[in-house]
Amino acid sequence: MNLQYIGLNEISGPLVVLDNVEDVGYEEMVEIRLKNGTTRYGRAILISGKKVAIQVFEGTSGMSLTNTKTRFLGHPMQMALSKEILGRTFNGSGHEIDGLGPVFVDEYRDVNGEPLNPVSRVYPRNYIHTGISSIDALTTLIRGQKLPIFSGSGLPHNEIAVQIVKQAKIADQENRNFCIVFAALGVKNDVADYFRRSFEEAGVLEKVAMFLNLANDPIIERILTPRCALTAAEYLAYKHDMHVLVILTDMTSYCEALREFSSSKEEIPGRKGYPGYLYSDLASLYERAGIVRNAKGSVTQIPILTMPNDDITHPIPDLTGYITEGQIVLDRDLHQLGIYPPIGVLPSLSRLMKDGIGAGYTRGDHQALMNQLFASYAKVQDARSLASVIGEDELSDTDQNYIDFGRLFESNFISQGFEENRQIADTLDLGWSLLSLLPRDELDRTDEELLDQFYDHEKAEKFFAIKHKSIIRELDQQEDD
Amino acid sequence: MSENKIFSINGPVVTVRNATEFSMLEMVYVGNNKLMGEVIQISKDTTIIQVYESTTSTKVGEPVYSTGQPISVTLGPGILRNIYDGIGRPLKTIYETHGAFIASGIHIESLDPTLEWEVNFIRKVHDNVGFGDIVAKIQETDLIEHRIMVPKGFDGEIIELAPAGKYKIHDVIAKIKISTGEILEMTMVQKWPIKTPRPVSRRLPISIPLVTGQRVVDTLFPLAKGGTAGVPGGFGTGKTMMQHQLAKWCDADLIVYIGCGERGNEMTQALEEFSQLKDPKTNRPLTDRTVFIANTSNMPVAAREASIYTGLTIAEYYRDMGYHVAVMADSTSRWAEALREISGRLEEMPAEEGFPAYLPSRISQFYERAGYMETLNGQTGSVTIIGAVSPQGADFSEPVTQNTKRFVRCFWALDKQLAYARHYAAINWNLSYSEYIGDLEKWYNKNVDIRFLKNRRAIVKLLAEENKLMEIVKLIGSDVLPDDQRLVLETSRAIRVGFLQQNAFHKEDTFVPLAKQLRMMDVILYLYQKSLSAIHEGKAFSLIENTNIFEKVIKMKYEVPNDKLEMFDDYFTLIDETIYQIR
Ligand SMILES: Nc1ncnc2c1ncn2[C@@H]1O[C@H](COP(=O)(O)OP(=O)(O)OP(=O)(O)O)[C@@H](O)[C@H]1O
Ligand SMILES: [Mg+2]
Repeated sequence: MNLQYIGLNEISGPLVVLDNVEDVGYEEMVEIRLKNGTTRYGRAILISGKKVAIQVFEGTSGMSLTNTKTRFLGHPMQMALSKEILGRTFNGSGHEIDGLGPVFVDEYRDVNGEPLNPVSRVYPRNYIHTGISSIDALTTLIRGQKLPIFSGSGLPHNEIAVQIVKQAKIADQENRNFCIVFAALGVKNDVADYFRRSFEEAGVLEKVAMFLNLANDPIIERILTPRCALTAAEYLAYKHDMHVLVILTDMTSYCEALREFSSSKEEIPGRKGYPGYLYSDLASLYERAGIVRNAKGSVTQIPILTMPNDDITHPIPDLTGYITEGQIVLDRDLHQLGIYPPIGVLPSLSRLMKDGIGAGYTRGDHQALMNQLFASYAKVQDARSLASVIGEDELSDTDQNYIDFGRLFESNFISQGFEENRQIADTLDLGWSLLSLLPRDELDRTDEELLDQFYDHEKAEKFFAIKHKSIIRELDQQEDD
Repeated sequence: MSENKIFSINGPVVTVRNATEFSMLEMVYVGNNKLMGEVIQISKDTTIIQVYESTTSTKVGEPVYSTGQPISVTLGPGILRNIYDGIGRPLKTIYETHGAFIASGIHIESLDPTLEWEVNFIRKVHDNVGFGDIVAKIQETDLIEHRIMVPKGFDGEIIELAPAGKYKIHDVIAKIKISTGEILEMTMVQKWPIKTPRPVSRRLPISIPLVTGQRVVDTLFPLAKGGTAGVPGGFGTGKTMMQHQLAKWCDADLIVYIGCGERGNEMTQALEEFSQLKDPKTNRPLTDRTVFIANTSNMPVAAREASIYTGLTIAEYYRDMGYHVAVMADSTSRWAEALREISGRLEEMPAEEGFPAYLPSRISQFYERAGYMETLNGQTGSVTIIGAVSPQGADFSEPVTQNTKRFVRCFWALDKQLAYARHYAAINWNLSYSEYIGDLEKWYNKNVDIRFLKNRRAIVKLLAEENKLMEIVKLIGSDVLPDDQRLVLETSRAIRVGFLQQNAFHKEDTFVPLAKQLRMMDVILYLYQKSLSAIHEGKAFSLIENTNIFEKVIKMKYEVPNDKLEMFDDYFTLIDETIYQIR
């Protein structure tokens, strides 16, 4: 097994081909030593007779047909794991790069993981408080969920991720079992740095395992990075009963790496040149979030992706949305209005929230409030598009009402400070007072009982100090008469 | 004969050189781990096999074992309440024996061979029996009686019957002398190749609806027992919720729920919810009438392709016992993508968007397995198929949606805008259709009321008018419209919000019997008629609007419990009084 093969038969993009090889397992790890003393790693991705095609993680530049010695390692890609990985930094293929020496090895695990048996899953139900109103009230994050942030370039997705980490009380000393696995996929160094500093400021750096494949690192390694990160997360969650929050950024770079690799293999492309198996590939990552029976830990994923051209129908956000349990969509218009966090609430969704909110979790009126806020805010969009045609002044009183509601909803509910940590009760009360600005009979998703309890038009008007346009208009008209 | 050995490995595709004994679609075991696979292409020197499990660590030169059988599913008592992977392996047992993760090369019988079943025979010695005839009965669950049928090739005379009593599935319960004189031993299990439809005596005309308790379905776009429906929609528009709702509430005898390339948590959720929900008639958990097939998105892709056929074969088996079976497949797009992925590995010439040219024929074969049938043993049974479609970019012009549209007769188009506004079920009433209305008219007239379809027509007309008026409203607002048109808009809103929209999480609203659907339509249309006369008498619409009567009608779905339909009478009185009071 430990035969060494000298030289190569073919080099093509990130692939090298070796002939006359025997006894190689599919996806077996390969170690390639170059004459200049460096070592690269790869894996067998196609075996045909005695020919083996090897995907080289670090890329093939500098390799020739004669300057290599190749060894097959007898096992698939593995990662060395122990609890010591917390507080450490690794490259995209799971080797430490912080200069602190190798980690103590408790166990080696195959980075591809095996599919989780659906029978062994526990349906996630525990609400994670993020202190961000639009998330807590409308797209509630649940422990064990995979909830991506769909962003665009230049939008503050990193800030939102950091705010979630800070306010989810991961820093809390009592929550010894919390930890973070952070994977940088093709992002710039300052992004990775920003996260590192933020973790430090939040006092959680000791509880973070970082996996870095930066923009100038090899793309093949990028394909491995989330796999290493998730293997670490599963190890911590299921062996050490920890609640792991995994942040993967930027999934768009990951998919582009996959596309580049696929085209170098001359595979038949699917939509926009991405390989036809992009869905299955992404699923093999995202589905590694969850909770497993008989383990006390959990893996929660917040993948971040930038939508090319802000296009939500682009294959990357599209396929991601088909796999994850909802999405938080950032909106460039809100961002340009100076609203932080610019969360576009209508296209955002948390599929797991219905079982994690309500009496006993958040508050009994949560579900109804959420339905009504969504429905009313959807009408704001109709009123706005009408206003853009006929002018705001020509709108009916009700439509006018919606326009006001929309503005205040955006500036009071969605908008909040980066340091502002809102309690869920405050968030829900705020939601009701905003709804109270609308005529009561417009609230058609809520039953009367709740309205009796929470609807208070006058108080709301005072609270938001509304000068009702309709009143002004009436006055104007009286003057005209 | 020389041993067959693996020559090449490329993901789930493995080839063998110079093999002769394999036949197309034969099941094989691949490698030292005996991974399950299927022969999908044979040429003179190369046999291509798709492997249903991960091939990681498999080596060239390892053996490939022939089985001489096509890939089959095991049929017999114990299927219900179970959850299988795409190739029929029992996931609960795998969890118990192998832990949380599914390793490759696990071999476990689909049905528990140690369970004992109380068997009652309904045939006697010397009876002549044929394929499909029912020989014995078992109470498989409190809801479903399992009827043991004569397997294919066992036509002949019963020469020995075991006494009534308890038996395990592999025990011999009968001996049958077939025409050649050979005596065959019959047990309670049989195998059936998943890609071959089970035969029936004949196809019967469609005539009975599959009642779902979902208003937009039952009223606007009804599905028939033995029919087919496609549910396309972008992510998060409610395909899975729809499938779950139908699986919970539809009036089929039995449900086969196939999670094909979708989320693991959704299967967990279905398992949990279905075991807690009680069948209203028998007070038994819904799992008693359900079998789950789960090949989630992270499970091997070739087995995803098989999962659809495994589910269908199980459905047909119970149909043959005389049951009405509903099959939910979520999502057929993932199955189509599995075809595409395998086809790509084979370097076949792709047609549209990389899908193989045989995609349309595969989709049509799939939906053709639905139908209202007379079974070989003379009973009636049906298989209804409801397939979710996940179009890329929510664009319905892509190949899977388009081809599905060609082969289904009920099309429930889910709409992103409706879902954004949290109008669920987000079925777009302008894009959706059902071709079953004509077939079902008699049934509705006889079993519900002659008014039902009349009301339906009135509602469809109002919605169509609203659709036209909205073009104008979008440009100039609704204030300038004449009163009768504003009434159409307001009535349509009542129809949309008060009737079509249905809250799956609300105790009363999650399932609504046809009688209540009828009464709700009656009330809305009565309000429309009364208001219209008032307007014709010269009363201003705004006066009617200001009474809040529309709001009250919209909320009736929550106010009137499913078993207190007499409460609707109050609504007619209320409408009369309200309109009367307007001067
Ligand atoms: N009938 C309904 N009542 C209430 N909420 C619903 C209903 N249908 C859908 N929803 C909401 O929409 C969310 C998404 O629905 P669902 O998971 O069924 O979407 P999907 O179309 O299957 O998406 P995907 O293609 O990504 O699987 C649900 O989690 C739920 O919050
Ligand atoms: Mg779904």
